[in-house]
Amino acid sequence: MRKIDQDHTRFRDIVRGRIKQDLRRFVTSGEMIGKQGKRYVSIPLPQIRLPRFRFGENPEKGVGQGEGAEGQPIDPNAPGQGEAGEQPGKHVLEVDVSLEELAKILGEELELPNIEPKGAQAIKAPAGRFAGIARTGPQSLRHFKRTFRAALKRQIASGTYDPRDPIVVPIKDDLRYRSMTTREVQQANAVIIYMMDVSGSMGREQKEIVRIEAFWIDTWLRHQYKNLEVHYIVHDAVAHLVDQHTFFHLRESGGTKISSAYELCLRLINEKYPPAQWNIYPFHFSDGDNWSSRDTERCIDLLQNNLLPACNQFCYGQVKSAYGSGQFKKDLDRAFKGNDRVVTSEIPDRDGILPSIKSFLGKGR
Amino acid sequence: MGNLTPELAKVRDETRELARRYGLDFYEVIFELVDYDELNMIAAYGGFPTRYPHWRFGMEYEQLSKSYSYGLSKIYELVINNDPCYAYLMRSNSITEQKLVMAHVYGHCDFFKNNLWFSKTSRKMMDVMANHGARIRRYMDRHGVARVEDFIDVVLGLDNLIDPYGPFIDRGSPQPRREDEPTPPPHKIAAKDYMDRYINPPEFLARQQQEARAAQKRQKYFPARPVRDVLKFLLDYAPLETWEQDVLAMLREEAYYFAPQAMTKIMNEGWAVFWHSQLMTRHLCDASEIVNYCDTHAGTLATAPGQLNPYKLGVELFRDIEERWNKGKFGVEYDRCEDPELRRSWDTGAGLGRQKVFEVRKIYNDVSFIDEFITPEFAEDQKLFVWGVNPQTGEHVIVDRDYTKVKNQLLDALTNFGQPIIYVADANHKNRGELYLYHEWHGTDLLFEHALQTLKGLYALWKRPVHIETREKGKPRLLSFDGGETTTREIKGSKSAADVVLGVGTERED
Repeated sequence: MRKIDQDHTRFRDIVRGRIKQDLRRFVTSGEMIGKQGKRYVSIPLPQIRLPRFRFGENPEKGVGQGEGAEGQPIDPNAPGQGEAGEQPGKHVLEVDVSLEELAKILGEELELPNIEPKGAQAIKAPAGRFAGIARTGPQSLRHFKRTFRAALKRQIASGTYDPRDPIVVPIKDDLRYRSMTTREVQQANAVIIYMMDVSGSMGREQKEIVRIEAFWIDTWLRHQYKNLEVHYIVHDAVAHLVDQHTFFHLRESGGTKISSAYELCLRLINEKYPPAQWNIYPFHFSDGDNWSSRDTERCIDLLQNNLLPACNQFCYGQVKSAYGSGQFKKDLDRAFKGNDRVVTSEIPDRDGILPSIKSFLGKGR
Repeated sequence: MGNLTPELAKVRDETRELARRYGLDFYEVIFELVDYDELNMIAAYGGFPTRYPHWRFGMEYEQLSKSYSYGLSKIYELVINNDPCYAYLMRSNSITEQKLVMAHVYGHCDFFKNNLWFSKTSRKMMDVMANHGARIRRYMDRHGVARVEDFIDVVLGLDNLIDPYGPFIDRGSPQPRREDEPTPPPHKIAAKDYMDRYINPPEFLARQQQEARAAQKRQKYFPARPVRDVLKFLLDYAPLETWEQDVLAMLREEAYYFAPQAMTKIMNEGWAVFWHSQLMTRHLCDASEIVNYCDTHAGTLATAPGQLNPYKLGVELFRDIEERWNKGKFGVEYDRCEDPELRRSWDTGAGLGRQKVFEVRKIYNDVSFIDEFITPEFAEDQKLFVWGVNPQTGEHVIVDRDYTKVKNQLLDALTNFGQPIIYVADANHKNRGELYLYHEWHGTDLLFEHALQTLKGLYALWKRPVHIETREKGKPRLLSFDGGETTTREIKGSKSAADVVLGVGTERED
């Protein structure tokens, strides 16, 4: 075993929490920048930042180089050179990482299980393949090789085949045709319904966290299902169905009535996605504030009686914000204690995204 | 000498000859041809094939090999400051890339040998590192892996608390002098009688007297003057076991070995690029290679709006210096000239450029390099700007293109190679043997979560309560750990940095 492999094993042990629990707190999802089409995506890699007297992350200012007038925004995430330090010369190559590949990397990093689409009630769709041979059929489906073989066999058996003059003439009995066999093929359809609280307390950073998380969930589920539909619902005191852009950019203000979103979600499912044929994944993100405890009761009731029976899994991600009380997660956890189809997770900051994805998707449901 | 193919050996001889002819002066360079996995491994060990066992090398290795296999980045060049220098070439690189790397490496080796900031580094570091590895392995056998590794973790958390200028200055002993010494008379600058009251005015003498008295008052404290080299202080005064002392001493030695590289990153890379581009375009590239060369070279110098590429900044500054000294754009007359047109077209035909860049590579480090040579014209030509965060949108925006702001921002980031400046202010705090560190705050807060954890580590060495005084958004804070809970407290009437450094403030209130 090479020395570096020993060091590597030791590092993985810390990341997995097997040794040195006190360091585990400092495991961050170090980012590698990948490029997907025109947008950059980060490929997560766990990293431990040894605690030391150091300055905070995300400096408020710095020096850059390039065109642009004062006041013009720049993209801080564009890849470039790393910080000055004792690192050897390293160059960032721009590569296109396909979504497929990204999903694999994600799966590897988080050790995600493959999803088993709904067990007993998996959706079957008939699919035909030309796998059989028949003695009758249309000329267009004639199997030339098989026909020739049958004719040859017959001629050898009847002694009319002469190797010096190898002429094979098929008669009607020799004709063979391709035939179609139908099989039941499992076909999995999935729909993701994202719901997000856009009330005043959800700030820019909170939405960014939801955006990153939704992107990775999308990537993973797309990798698992050929046929994936996505819907976006935003809510404050009332809920609306919106497109993706609006979902991530809308800023509302006002109160929060979570049940409005759940009702809309339910209506959507009832109208378009019969649970027998669809794998349904509602994800709800909020900062944990709800209008009233009455409304929370209503939400729990909706979940219990209507949503849960229809869904594969219901996920609730609570993004920490300066204003949110975080009460809703506690309420859900209490109401659905022991029900592992309701997954809740808390996302305190960007570093919390990966563990949260893992708890959402780690069940393989 | 190395394991180069005959073809590469020929290129190496040619490059070395050329580099020598241009006046580069280096220790012999041994090139090793390695495959990507070996290169990742060596790079993870900071360039040394043998280091002590530690998980962080494994972490580096994972980073490097994953980003290589995902096709995100690869290491081009890796060179070790040693006599002889060791440099590694990746087997799968094209011959053009190998030429470029070799030319680049000779630039670095010249820099290692001649830049004054490297003059105190060990040139037998290859052996030193191997020895450290062997010793630490022995301690691990004797005391257990976990125990030694935990200790290493603690020390690594403190290894930025060194005094990068220490090797060049005699800081004196932290031991207090005897207390009953009389206050020394104020130091007068020698002057003729009739000039004396101008050169040594009474206010000046009074201030000197006051400082001397305060310094004397501080003598009651230990250390007598604030100590920058916290590691050394711990080595000398913390109650450590022998093996712990040895490990601490070794890691401190390594930290000092790497410090000049962090202090001269921009210059060192700039210098290497300066030379590889000269050697490649004038001599080494043939016509079929020039496009490949340009491609690679351009990748090295690529800039992104939000970031600064040390390779690019360094080489452009060296080129600018060479041009300015060739055209005589320096000195009083040039500085006084305020006509931008005239300044642009200034050319006295001085021809001192080459001489100047060699001088610069000898005596400057990144801080002095940036401070002295970034001119308004340079900042404008290079389109440098300061960016900041727009508080309304949270976006990063271009804030200013004024060259003094750019320069100040750069210097700010480079000071003490981007690490906080921390002193041992008092090792007998409250007369109870508690350790009191002082963070010289310049506008950027420490990461408190990390600082508190670091205090825990420090406590493990000092074995008495430990404190660090810092600021949070300008307000004084005292972070402490006494073996039980970590605490963060507001304190009033903090000492300014100057107080601690000059030893004027003595009473430390909580």
